[in-house]
Amino acid sequence: MEQAEPFKPGFTLGERAETIEKDDEDQFILTTNRGTKHRAPIIAIAGGLGCFEPRKPPIENLANFEDKGVEYIIKDPEFYRDKKVVISGGGDSALDWTIFLADGVASEVTLVHRREGFRGHLDSVQKVMDLAGEGKIKLLTNAEVVGVDGGDSLERLTVDHSQQGEMTLETDHWVPLFGLSPKLGPIADWNLNISKNAVEVDTFDYSTNVPGIYAIGDINTYPGKLKLILCGFHEATLMVQSAFKRIYPDKNLVLKYTTVNGVSGF
Amino acid sequence: MSMIKVTVIDREGEAHELDAPTDMGMNMMELCKSAELPVEGTCGGMAMCASCHMYVKSDHDLPEKSDDEEDILDEAFNVTGESRLGCQIHLADDLDGLVVHLAPVG
Repeated sequence: MEQAEPFKPGFTLGERAETIEKDDEDQFILTTNRGTKHRAPIIAIAGGLGCFEPRKPPIENLANFEDKGVEYIIKDPEFYRDKKVVISGGGDSALDWTIFLADGVASEVTLVHRREGFRGHLDSVQKVMDLAGEGKIKLLTNAEVVGVDGGDSLERLTVDHSQQGEMTLETDHWVPLFGLSPKLGPIADWNLNISKNAVEVDTFDYSTNVPGIYAIGDINTYPGKLKLILCGFHEATLMVQSAFKRIYPDKNLVLKYTTVNGVSGF
Repeated sequence: MSMIKVTVIDREGEAHELDAPTDMGMNMMELCKSAELPVEGTCGGMAMCASCHMYVKSDHDLPEKSDDEEDILDEAFNVTGESRLGCQIHLADDLDGLVVHLAPVG
């Protein structure tokens, strides 16, 4: 942050770039998921592996119940007050939310996990075992949710238990917590050429097929691409030279070395 | 260079017989990537993502799964008794003839 400080950058944090449009002065208007707009002549995508999104179990009609009883993230625990909730997963998120919702929030909490062992903190694992022993939660290990069913909203789950076979659980909510996986997200809809989940670029200046949009780092691909931080720095350096020429076509660009005059020399 | 043969069956069912070096510290995830087979290996081989999930179809005696591998397979989908993370299968001479099938992406 201190290294960037002399250039006085602006930051928009905790938001996701959703859409890109051009205005009548040939400037990009980038809008985030929360409505923040940025106007700029150049866009450089340095998105790494993309957006991390919840991993969804491969259940055929799951999408029909998303936000109708199936949620992949608990945003507000009050949402579950006096409801029947089933949580799946074996990590800290699954354990922590089981403990939290069982403490007088949800009317009934069931934790379904594929194994008997959990990979969360030992303290959390012990708490969950204690809650199960006291009958405050229902703990189903060696089991997996394999089906969802209901009308307008989720009503029941089919659980496959390794010894007892299939069983039905009546519930208001199911929260599968199986971690996150990287997806390109909205970038995939920006009319950029995509190959193997990465943005194709020209190695001359790391420009994409859309003039004015560049992609650098792990998000891009080209023949010989190596996902190394060293290469990312190189790509960024060449990209800004090209971007400067697009923004200031009439100015000459002089390469300066911070080892001569420091950052104040710019 | 020491070489063994391993067979990787892709998600369309096509078998690829690969020459696999055993003296380069490689694992099955890296071998698949080097052969441009569709294995992501997102975490780089640290048993943290399950994007190299594969089923071992031959009866080779593989080392036991580590806790890290068990934990990650725990949260993967389409897991069976044959499931392993490719990044945790280190290529060695006694794996000659190994047959694996790539697990569905998910």
